[in-house]
Amino acid sequence: MRASLFITCYNDTLFPETGRAVVKLLERLGVELDFHPKQTCCGQMHANTGFRAEAFSQAKRLVQMYQDTDTVVIPSSSCVAMFRDQYPGLLEELGNEELRKQFTALLPRVYELSEFLVDKLKVEDVGAYFPHKVTYHASCHGLRALHLGDRPWRLMNKVRGMEQVALPNLDRCCGFGGTFSVKNAEVSSAMLAVKLQDIVGTGAEYCTALDNSCLMHLGGAMHRQYAGMKTIHLAEILASTEASPMEVPA
Amino acid sequence: MSHGSYHPILDPTKAPAFPSAVLPVLRNPQLRKNVAHAIDVIQAKRGKLVAEKTDWQELRTAGAAIRAHALENLGFYLEQFEERCTAAGGVVHWAADAAEARQIIVKLLREENASEVIKIKTMTSAEIQLNPFLESAGVRTYETDLAEIILQLGEDEPSHIVVPALHVNRSQVREIFSRTMGLKDLSDDPKELTNAVRTYLRRKFLDIPTAISGANFLVAETGSVVVVESEGNGRMCLTLPRTMITLAGIEKVLPRFQDLEVMLQVLARSATGERMNPYTSVWTGVKPGDGPQKFHVVLLDNGRSSILAKKTERQTLRCIRCAACMNACPVYRQTGGHAYGSVYPGPIGAILTPQLMELHHARSLPYASSLCGACYEVCPVKINIPEVLLELRSRVVNQGRDQAGRLFDPMYLGLRIASLIFSRAWLFHTAQFFGRVGLRFLRRKDGWIHSLPSIGGKWTQTRDLRGLPSQTFHGWWAARKRETK
Repeated sequence: MRASLFITCYNDTLFPETGRAVVKLLERLGVELDFHPKQTCCGQMHANTGFRAEAFSQAKRLVQMYQDTDTVVIPSSSCVAMFRDQYPGLLEELGNEELRKQFTALLPRVYELSEFLVDKLKVEDVGAYFPHKVTYHASCHGLRALHLGDRPWRLMNKVRGMEQVALPNLDRCCGFGGTFSVKNAEVSSAMLAVKLQDIVGTGAEYCTALDNSCLMHLGGAMHRQYAGMKTIHLAEILASTEASPMEVPA
Repeated sequence: MSHGSYHPILDPTKAPAFPSAVLPVLRNPQLRKNVAHAIDVIQAKRGKLVAEKTDWQELRTAGAAIRAHALENLGFYLEQFEERCTAAGGVVHWAADAAEARQIIVKLLREENASEVIKIKTMTSAEIQLNPFLESAGVRTYETDLAEIILQLGEDEPSHIVVPALHVNRSQVREIFSRTMGLKDLSDDPKELTNAVRTYLRRKFLDIPTAISGANFLVAETGSVVVVESEGNGRMCLTLPRTMITLAGIEKVLPRFQDLEVMLQVLARSATGERMNPYTSVWTGVKPGDGPQKFHVVLLDNGRSSILAKKTERQTLRCIRCAACMNACPVYRQTGGHAYGSVYPGPIGAILTPQLMELHHARSLPYASSLCGACYEVCPVKINIPEVLLELRSRVVNQGRDQAGRLFDPMYLGLRIASLIFSRAWLFHTAQFFGRVGLRFLRRKDGWIHSLPSIGGKWTQTRDLRGLPSQTFHGWWAARKRETK
């Protein structure tokens, strides 16, 4: 199986270890991965802040890059939600029918990482080993936009050595919200405080998720508060094996 | 009531922007505790009662369809309502805006020689700021809904559309009643508090012959007005007074009486987590010897037609004011309602208020959301609030694009530069390089950045940022490809 990895701008810049983990994981599962060198951003930041004209130009680039690709894998729920929930409507509004058609034709071939593993590769046991206590944070986009359902747990339940602790108030937003985190920094922080209380209360060593955006927000506060916990993208847990454990980020 | 360091301002033309309006609230632990506690209680009740409905999603679909149909044919149904209500002995008035609605109501009260009026809870009257207007016109207003009494006596403002005094706790209620009713020995026992209100209200019901209500629904088919409530005070206002004036937004109309079957089911469960609200009053015109003998309906536009004209935004008007969105909202749970600077807070307020103001005011509200989608998930008439928020954000940005001063606004500048950077891979990679080099100076020994300049400082006020890794992912990929060649 061939697939093209859209890493997303902030993973590329801030969390390259997540990208490396996706490569390690998918290649181990026999996927032949490709990486389009022209990729930058999905346009979500602009669209969500109200800068639609700027997001449109990204749609054009995405179509150019991926229209001949079988499968696109994206290790970020919110970026996948941008593709699925926002672009079709935005392109209709723009009145660019050709671009809208090309974009919607691309959509069935775009997968979030856990969707790709469970739905396309049809694997749940990826051979992972992660001997730690972990709690899973369901990001809003994964939960309510992509309806990932039990996919993350089907993958996590097969990870050897890992102890899972359920996170209370799982469906409550962590308060990141992209530019919301700076435009309404105080409210974002208040929401973060409540979420951290739940997360730290689980007594887990790691908080994992399928979105590094939430994790950057949560992990930044954990570091600030000496919370004794770390964040880790689920791809890094799934990539980790007994023979080749997770790489510890700098 | 003053809450610590602020007094609520629910006028979008005067209220501060949301990010500053939240500050005194966030620093008020008592208020936040009251809000979160009340919200959690309502949410738990709603969750239980929605879960027992196996056809909940079908009910939502039906609710959305009924409301959408009514709005698409609003002119027809409003005229039908007017015709049938008039035939039943009611008088229908049309008000283009808040000022006209207030004038109509004052004129009607003058005709009645009314110096006092009793009120059933109506958020629409707060929207047009009716009470202060009537008071200045020499008409004393008496709220009869328990929560509204607490707010009126406490000189406070509503923070929620279903539970307006949600931010006030029992001991604060005791203090307000004790002070304003002169009851020194009043305890905070709910029974005693209710009895105090009962005594206070009984005289008003018996003495004041003129009442004002809002409407949950207007039924076009029969010309009826529907009010749902929990306490029975509304029922009292509908039976004792001689004159009833109902103020209703034009969007409140339902085509058929039968539509109430769906709407009442979704409304009670969504609003208060009950299978059915305790009191549902339906009245049609006047009936000799039974209830008010004079009945007026004031139909209020006040910006609603302009919302109706817009394709994406139109769904806002489907709202049945159940408040499920604010109860589900993680932002509202932290801030309560006052920070929204409008009688309509929470997610629905964040889309409704700026639209009622035609985006001349309340422009910060579309940004008062993390776009988590919880509001859309619970909305009984399927208003896609995040979609409308994004539409409004785009309109706010476009307003600013034409203003020269915005060129140097950090948001416009930053996002325009980002757009340029994302347009070419080489520009993106160059920006990553300079970002990495620049941020290296801010990095502490632990490898993390504890303080960022400018707008980044908003991030680091509560969170650290890990220093940028020395190699990007695409850099790693390229190096790996070179090695394997």
